[in-house]
Amino acid sequence: MVLPPGTNRAVTSVAPRMALDSITRHYGTVMALDGASFSVSPGEVHALLGENGAGKSTLMKVAFGLEQPDAGVIRFDGERTTLRSPRDAMHLGIGMVQQHFALVEAMTVAENVALGGDGRLDLSQVAEQVRRISGAAGLPIDANAFVRDLPVGAQQRVEIIKALARDTRTLILDEPTAVLAPQEATELLAWIRRFADGGGTVVLIAHKLHEVLSVADRVTVLRRGHTVLTARASEVSEQVLAEAMLGTASPISADASAGEITAHHRARAIDSGAVVTLTNVSACDEYGAERLRSASLVVHPGEIVGIAAIEGAGQYELLRIIAGRMAPSSGVVAVPEVVGFVPEDRHRDAVVLSATLTENIALRGAGTRRGLMPWNTIRRETEALLSLRDVRASSAEVPMRTLSGGNQQKLVIARELASSPTALVVENPTRGLDIRATTEVHTALRAAREAGTAVIVYSSDLDEVLSLADRIVVVTGGCVREVRGSRDVIGRAMLTVES
Amino acid sequence: MTTRVLRWIAEPILAGLLSLAMLALLLAVSGYPVADSLGALWGGAFGSWSVLASGTLVRATPLLFAGLAVALAFRAGILNIGAEGQLMMGATAATAMAMALPATSGLAGVALALTAGVVAGGLWAAIAGFLKQRFGVLEVISTIMLNVVAVNVTGLLVRGPLQEPTHIFPQSEMLDVALRLPKLVPGTRLHAGVALAVICALALAWFLRATAAGFRLRMTGANARAASSAGGIDVARVSLLAFIASGALAGLGGAVEVTGVTYALYENLSPGYGFTAIAVALLARLNPVSAIGSALVFGALEAGASAMQRDAQVPAGMVEVVEACVILVLVASEWLGGRGGRARSFFWGGPPNTASAESSESLNRTRPTEPTSTYTNRSIITRDDTRSSRRVSS
Amino acid sequence: MSGAPLADFLEASVRSATPLLLAALGETVVERSGIINVGLEGSIIVGCLAGLTAATTLGPEAGLVVAGIGGLAIATIFAAVAIGLAADQIIAGTAITMLGLGLTSTLYRVIYGDAGAALSAPTLDAVGIPILEQIPFLGAALFHQPLPTYVAMLLVPTVWWWLYRTQSGLSLRASGENPAAALASGVAPRRVQTLAVLFGGLCGGLAGGTIVLAQVGTFAEGMSAGRGFVAIAIVALGRWHPVGAMLAALLFGMASALQFLFQALDLDVPYQIFLALPYLLTLLALALTRGRYSAPAALGVRLRSVD
Repeated sequence: MVLPPGTNRAVTSVAPRMALDSITRHYGTVMALDGASFSVSPGEVHALLGENGAGKSTLMKVAFGLEQPDAGVIRFDGERTTLRSPRDAMHLGIGMVQQHFALVEAMTVAENVALGGDGRLDLSQVAEQVRRISGAAGLPIDANAFVRDLPVGAQQRVEIIKALARDTRTLILDEPTAVLAPQEATELLAWIRRFADGGGTVVLIAHKLHEVLSVADRVTVLRRGHTVLTARASEVSEQVLAEAMLGTASPISADASAGEITAHHRARAIDSGAVVTLTNVSACDEYGAERLRSASLVVHPGEIVGIAAIEGAGQYELLRIIAGRMAPSSGVVAVPEVVGFVPEDRHRDAVVLSATLTENIALRGAGTRRGLMPWNTIRRETEALLSLRDVRASSAEVPMRTLSGGNQQKLVIARELASSPTALVVENPTRGLDIRATTEVHTALRAAREAGTAVIVYSSDLDEVLSLADRIVVVTGGCVREVRGSRDVIGRAMLTVES
Repeated sequence: MTTRVLRWIAEPILAGLLSLAMLALLLAVSGYPVADSLGALWGGAFGSWSVLASGTLVRATPLLFAGLAVALAFRAGILNIGAEGQLMMGATAATAMAMALPATSGLAGVALALTAGVVAGGLWAAIAGFLKQRFGVLEVISTIMLNVVAVNVTGLLVRGPLQEPTHIFPQSEMLDVALRLPKLVPGTRLHAGVALAVICALALAWFLRATAAGFRLRMTGANARAASSAGGIDVARVSLLAFIASGALAGLGGAVEVTGVTYALYENLSPGYGFTAIAVALLARLNPVSAIGSALVFGALEAGASAMQRDAQVPAGMVEVVEACVILVLVASEWLGGRGGRARSFFWGGPPNTASAESSESLNRTRPTEPTSTYTNRSIITRDDTRSSRRVSS
Repeated sequence: MSGAPLADFLEASVRSATPLLLAALGETVVERSGIINVGLEGSIIVGCLAGLTAATTLGPEAGLVVAGIGGLAIATIFAAVAIGLAADQIIAGTAITMLGLGLTSTLYRVIYGDAGAALSAPTLDAVGIPILEQIPFLGAALFHQPLPTYVAMLLVPTVWWWLYRTQSGLSLRASGENPAAALASGVAPRRVQTLAVLFGGLCGGLAGGTIVLAQVGTFAEGMSAGRGFVAIAIVALGRWHPVGAMLAALLFGMASALQFLFQALDLDVPYQIFLALPYLLTLLALALTRGRYSAPAALGVRLRSVD
């Protein structure tokens, strides 16, 4: 075995710094981790890859004591250990930079670095420590600046310095480059390499394959809570990794037939004109960062357009602009006045759990309704929807929270389709649902297409997008473009950032 | 339908039993004769038609108005603990109006005085609503301040423009007999305001249940994000209107108290009705019809307390302890209900969502979850059929 | 007292401000940890009765200590319900206030009977600090006061030092701003909040003890007279900072002392204006100041353990 220069440490001969063995963790009925294993050794950068929802972040939260596993063993330097809280992990020299930073924005850099200690607080001493670490590590920061005034890249440096100030020797970074500009990302990756070469241990959760291969010694791929691949970075190609992440086509996937259906539906679609037309639409998130750049998209009646994207690529904003739930910062948006919308966080954005099914159905259009509520009519409508969409509920008058997740989702889709909208936007429609409910949701979406509705579907599961869609639109780095070709071509398009 | 009516009847009875059980426990613990004390309490609350009418029912009336105010606000997700101040402002405005009217205006004058109370209470609450929406001031803090300001405004007026003619006592002149609420039962203190309160309770129940505006209010309170996203509801507007309606109910309660019971305005008009109202509303599980029963329970407890003190030498303050314990048991059982996975909040319309970021969400840093209510569909989206497009900006 | 109305006014201002400051310092700590304790009034009134009862047998100094313990005891119930069970803080706090008021009026009658109103407790005399008390105008106001005033004065820099110069103070402030970040940094936010609530109850009890043992000398039902709510206003006007709380408490103290000044000067000015003014000022301050000096970001948010 020939190792590239700089990686010729005997990573397998000593006990790994940290080893996670057969970790299982479920939330309700959803298995987030299903026997995932992972280990990392001193001096190593070990990349952890996987699609959204594959369990990467959950596994690392277990490693940092933020989540408790249902089953499985954690070993640190060969010794079995239990991490009840982040404090336990910190005592072992483990630090984590989470995707959403755990910083107190109303405090200064020095205060954030000092947080979690004991005894007296001498901020000038902490500031001095920050300057020393920042100088030694090459991570420039103003120790006395308020965190809320710092750009995202600087906040990330604060997180890293915070970890280093606790003598962290094992650093977990969750998607650190996702929020950075290309130049900053390059600098960060170089720093990660130096940290490991100095004897540190790094776990790098990442999406972008070329970055991973440029910095990592080893790579582990998770898929649906399992470890599916662990290999030396020098021995795998981007293609091998992409295949491991996306998996082989699942049985329900209509991968092969997608091309044929596309041709049929496109012909019909063009005949009947466009339902949704976006022209050069840009949008910013609430922090003012541009998430969508001059995106253009046309959707026709009677087709399902699948959105394929990795997390944070701009699909969140794209879907909400089409659904009329968000204003673009510039561009032309022509969409129907009423667009059905099935958001991904059902409990937060789509249903009122304490209200009855009838009331949840009545929610649609409630903003403009006048006078009295025609409850009898709505109840009959609800009962009709329950039987039409095969929603299993004892009556229309039970609270929403008594329904299973799958039945809740079917009811949301039923509601959004009840007024026969010309367009329907669907985001991760089957997240957390079992196979049967998933199939039923898919059937409902296909039926909507047959009825002439323009359906826009995003799912973090590429197989689901492929199985549903007539054509695929890939969102990367805020840019939107249609991609035709095999699953592999689309998968790679998702992972490529256009400069 | 029948189950609902049964629940309206059963809940206050259960609430009353719960309170009595707690009182009995307290009496036993502090060494008082339980049966004799409860007997004295019962006699003071329901012993005769006259104590029932003049004591319990009269006492329950402001509790019902203020309880409805609190229930309405909580159903909309607003933690209005300013019913006390809104009630005082209602009483003050009603007095000022009555003083300005000639005695000959009679019932029309009473109606005007009550209207003044409604308007003043609503405006007082609107201040807190405005401060919350415009500046993000927590309504809990602002309503506490407005309570104190209201008492001082009243204190100022009864020593100034509204003081009785001899300028000795810090209170207003007695209202002219023609400007008082008519008696429901001659020879008792039972006034028409009792009926008005019950009508308000029924009307509020109907409003919440049957009207589109009431539905919007409940959905905003139960899940503002879903109300905004799935229902297109302007939650900011609904919330402000709920503030005003809540204050108006409390203000009406104050106006009724002045025109029906005290006939004069003074600083200590309310012995904390606005706070007991929270217990009334919670015990009724924020249901306006059940609030009739729970106001009756607390009215009876408070009316009976003085009899218990007089006849059985049991301190009247024990009733307040019971009220407090009832609230604590209710908020604790809300937790127990939610935790046990029985999937039912103690509040009918779901708990107030303003200050109750739930479990894991509150410990996982999430994006700010304010609904994007400033933005409505029509502002950027054009109708499909016209096929016209509108440039948002370039 | 001397005949100088202004010096008397300042002395009365500081005297009125003392219990307010004690309670507000405690509530400042509580709110900085992310909890709003509307049950502070309950701690104060329990402190009043506990202080009186202990002082009659053990003397006023011991009375003050017992008052603090009494306030702490009832705050424990608040902590159990609002933090332990993660119930709504406002509702729990309101219940604690009612509980405190009801419990004290009941116990007072149980212990002292109906004739108890005339009962008087030994009080803490004003202690002069040599030389300093001779300073014109301010001397008597600042350096000729009973013990609790000096306790409050010392507590201001102590709380400041705790909040801004110790790690536990930093943990406390972080729990109130971003409990998730605090947790990820190795802090246990709910434990921090529980301790803060207990400290707040102790301060509230001391405030109650001060009212009885340094001012009134006896107990009356409901004698806390809304000071718990005043303290919450002071915390807001003081921008959640101990020094700010001191200044705000002085302002509120001056407002209530004005009535004595007007009586002394025989002025017929409606003092309610001055009683209401600090509250209006607080509302204005809440509305107009933003950013650094606004309420802790996670104030009133219910936390449940991740499980």
